[in-house]
Amino acid sequence: MLSKRIIPCLDVKNKKVTKGVKFQNNVELGDPVEMAVAYSDGGCDELVFYDITASAERRPIDIEMVQEVAKVVHIPFAVGGGIETLEDMYRVLLAGAEKVSVNSLAVKNPEIIAEGAKVFGSQCIVLGMDPVRTDDPRFPSGYEITIRGFRERTGIDALEWAKRAEDLGVGEIVVNSVDADGTRDGFELDLTSMISTSVHIPVVASGGAGTPQHLVDVFSAGQADAAIIASMIHTGEYTIKQIKDELVQAGVAIRKKW
Amino acid sequence: MIAIVDYKAGNLTSVRLALEHIGASCEITDNPARIVSAERVIFPGVGAAAEAMRNLREMSLLDTLREVVSKGTPFLGICLGTQVIFEFSEEDGGTDCIGLIPGTCRKFTPSDPMCKIPQMGWNTVEQTRPHPLFEGIEDASEFYFVHSYYPAPSDSSYIVGETDYADVKFASAVGKGNLFATQFHPERSGRIGLKLLENFSKWDGRC
Repeated sequence: MLSKRIIPCLDVKNKKVTKGVKFQNNVELGDPVEMAVAYSDGGCDELVFYDITASAERRPIDIEMVQEVAKVVHIPFAVGGGIETLEDMYRVLLAGAEKVSVNSLAVKNPEIIAEGAKVFGSQCIVLGMDPVRTDDPRFPSGYEITIRGFRERTGIDALEWAKRAEDLGVGEIVVNSVDADGTRDGFELDLTSMISTSVHIPVVASGGAGTPQHLVDVFSAGQADAAIIASMIHTGEYTIKQIKDELVQAGVAIRKKW
Repeated sequence: MIAIVDYKAGNLTSVRLALEHIGASCEITDNPARIVSAERVIFPGVGAAAEAMRNLREMSLLDTLREVVSKGTPFLGICLGTQVIFEFSEEDGGTDCIGLIPGTCRKFTPSDPMCKIPQMGWNTVEQTRPHPLFEGIEDASEFYFVHSYYPAPSDSSYIVGETDYADVKFASAVGKGNLFATQFHPERSGRIGLKLLENFSKWDGRC
């Protein structure tokens, strides 16, 4: 049986992993390469790195870091932030990443998804989306897509965007709830399940993980194929092993040996 | 030296880095002479069958691969590399493939709409018979998969490992003499995948 994936997220700024709440107030946590090795050895199923300031600073992603990670981590990892062109994608993949994650860029230029999928394969192209809850009737799903780390609203409905991205050839969608991000109060289950049941590609839930029970919930009620965790392991409050033990107890299919 | 065959089918960096990690000397190459003279050959790849076959033909690598396998060089297929060593793939409206192992690659057609295609992630591989490449790897260990089509050998004696997904139990590892091929990615499967690659780097091609 295919296991649900647990994916630690490493937000990288100035070559250090950081973590903030709702994309703000970031604190430094450690070296990305060391943390990647520790999590990989600790039993995570995949990793994701976001170069969180690359996009705002209008500079290319830190390729050196990607290369360093690829040398020592032999599980899949995705890299996002500052990806603007096919050339950027190529550099990240050639450096050893399994997947490249696009977000703001894809909203401004959706064709990049189709082009990337055609050149590198759908399985390499991940769409990250940052939906925020809204009562505005213009958004039938109840969520509007934001970009540039919640700084900018787009006027695009979240569900409509997910379906469009699937049609364009994206291989996987990371749904990062702006409302839940960094709160550690649990994933936004309705949002995750709405997207996951509306597309035919894997959906990764992101934002809000605080306890192992939150992961049980997102894999059952939330119908996620994978889930991103950050603070709950970055702070040392939980190990991946502890989280996985609870998921096994709850009957969730999970990779038990690594 | 292990030759990693470069036929423009995806990113080979992770295969190279995994081999370097276990201390195996390797070279990414599209040079037929280098491939034929290599001690071992890895035939990886991601992407679509038709384009892979077109590239192999244009780069004159089909006979090279046949020669490598027939002369007994230990040979490891990975993912798309594994799919195109069969006779035929259902991909791209039907594609004739290399035919090193009798059989077809079929598309997953799950009855459950929530069963996502591609299969992306970790799944167990049940070892259906002992093989030198599985040495030191526990039965039902999990490996990393990304694929929408699966190998279906016409003779079950070629099956070495099986995996359940989308209502089928498919051949996730096949073996025929000096040829071993996996649908999963050992280079992305952590410690257990590295163990399989290490076994391959020492394998004499006999089983």
